[in-house]
Amino acid sequence: MENPIISIRNLNLYFEKQHVLKNINIEIPHNKVTVILGPSGCGKTTLLKTLNRLVDLHDHVKISGKIMLDDKDILVPNIDVTGIRKKMGLLSQKPSPLPMTIFNNVAYGLRINGLRGKRKLMPLVEKHLREANLWDEVKDRLRDPASRLSIGQQQRLCLARGLAVNPEIILADEPTSALDPISSTVIEQQFAELKKHYTIVMVTHVLRQARRIADHIVFMYLGEVIEQGPAREFFNNPKEQKTRDYLKGAFN
Amino acid sequence: MRKLLKTLEERFFFVLMAGSTAFLALLLLMIITIIVYKGLPSLTWEMVSQTPKGGYYFGREGGLLNAIIGSLYLASGAVALSLSISLPLALAMNVYFRNRKKLVNGIRFILDLLWGIPSIVYGAFGFTIMIYLGIRASLLAGIITVSIFILPIMVRAMDEVMKNVPLSLLESAFSLGSTRREVAFKVVTRQCFPGIITAVLLAFGRGIGDVAAVLFTTGYTDNIPTSLMDQTATLPLAVFFQLGSPIPEVQNRAYAAALILTVIILAISVATRLLSRKFHKTSIK
Repeated sequence: MENPIISIRNLNLYFEKQHVLKNINIEIPHNKVTVILGPSGCGKTTLLKTLNRLVDLHDHVKISGKIMLDDKDILVPNIDVTGIRKKMGLLSQKPSPLPMTIFNNVAYGLRINGLRGKRKLMPLVEKHLREANLWDEVKDRLRDPASRLSIGQQQRLCLARGLAVNPEIILADEPTSALDPISSTVIEQQFAELKKHYTIVMVTHVLRQARRIADHIVFMYLGEVIEQGPAREFFNNPKEQKTRDYLKGAFN
Repeated sequence: MRKLLKTLEERFFFVLMAGSTAFLALLLLMIITIIVYKGLPSLTWEMVSQTPKGGYYFGREGGLLNAIIGSLYLASGAVALSLSISLPLALAMNVYFRNRKKLVNGIRFILDLLWGIPSIVYGAFGFTIMIYLGIRASLLAGIITVSIFILPIMVRAMDEVMKNVPLSLLESAFSLGSTRREVAFKVVTRQCFPGIITAVLLAFGRGIGDVAAVLFTTGYTDNIPTSLMDQTATLPLAVFFQLGSPIPEVQNRAYAAALILTVIILAISVATRLLSRKFHKTSIK
């Protein structure tokens, strides 16, 4: 692959005695939707959280290997972790807005980057809420607490909040699993739109969703990468027996 | 037969619950009734607006303004001092050292031990330190002693709330590129604000109501303190001294002092709850 934005080399991750990620080698293409696919409990989420070093929040985690982002290894101990995280927005399974107003949720990331004053913040907050397709629903209630929004709206708010930090990459961990079908569709459509400007890495165990939006697929099973490649090839011409079984629905 | 047993069991626990609730309510009611019944007749405007005059302790003119002001100074000072240590400590335990469970559990264990130490021991400890440093009994010594005494209460009460901040909230805050300081003060403090208020309130109540910690450290005086180095009267000590008097009027004034103390705690409790409600609505459930 030419010019992958992230390349993961020989990544191993242990949680206490448990070998969660086994010798992972992955390349993630620029400005495409890469879907990490696999049954529950195969290490997809852990892999995603290793990319922005959220695994640091946990005890007893041992990591070896390299994750190269812009030719820099982000796993070295003395790297600027907040800098890496600013390059990646995260959408989690269950949306978790910050305990503040709708406006301040989006403005949070802008303020972290040093922007101050409502006159400067307002147009950007509007821009990102539009990017997340939420503006029309919340423009009259920006002062309301974010917790009053519906779950679907909260997830789009989290997307807007992530975009406000101006990332290059959007990490999404089963972002539609808690949402109703309509909100899910909206999120998927936004991803198709956003991939013009962002690289998207999405974890899912829903095969149909992967078929709908993936450009590139990484298939994982029990902590190992079984197969990876362009989505069309993966679905039409899988190389591994495990992949064929999975696509046939032999296991979930 | 089985069904009958189930119904009986159900009924038994209902009676048990209702009974204990009623008992608790009755107890509170009795305490309040006694201090109101005995204290209210002695609770004059003079009591809360004047310091003791010459014959006060023989049942003549004067009031307890010295002890009211003294108690407020002492408790507010101690709460402020304690808060400035316990908030950062609780945040450190739950944000900075999130991935060091052993260390945090160690701190929790120490705090629980400190919580269990009776306040008279803190008083004696404060007294020893005072002698060692050559400081006399004063408002400052009292503030320091009481703040040490309420510190574990405050930290553990905040800690219990912060422990329950969902990991997903921390993750999303960190994933935005926040530093640990930003997560601690902008997100966790806000999310836990009602809990922090409760912790402060709990500590304030313990601080203002305690006798033993201030017995040796703040002394007692009929004057309102004008500096941190002055001796200071406190309401619990005022209750203690007056209750020990053989004169009935003075004894009744002890109940009046207890009533004042209760009203202060109630007023502050209501005020802070109103304040915390304002922030509660943005918290994430």
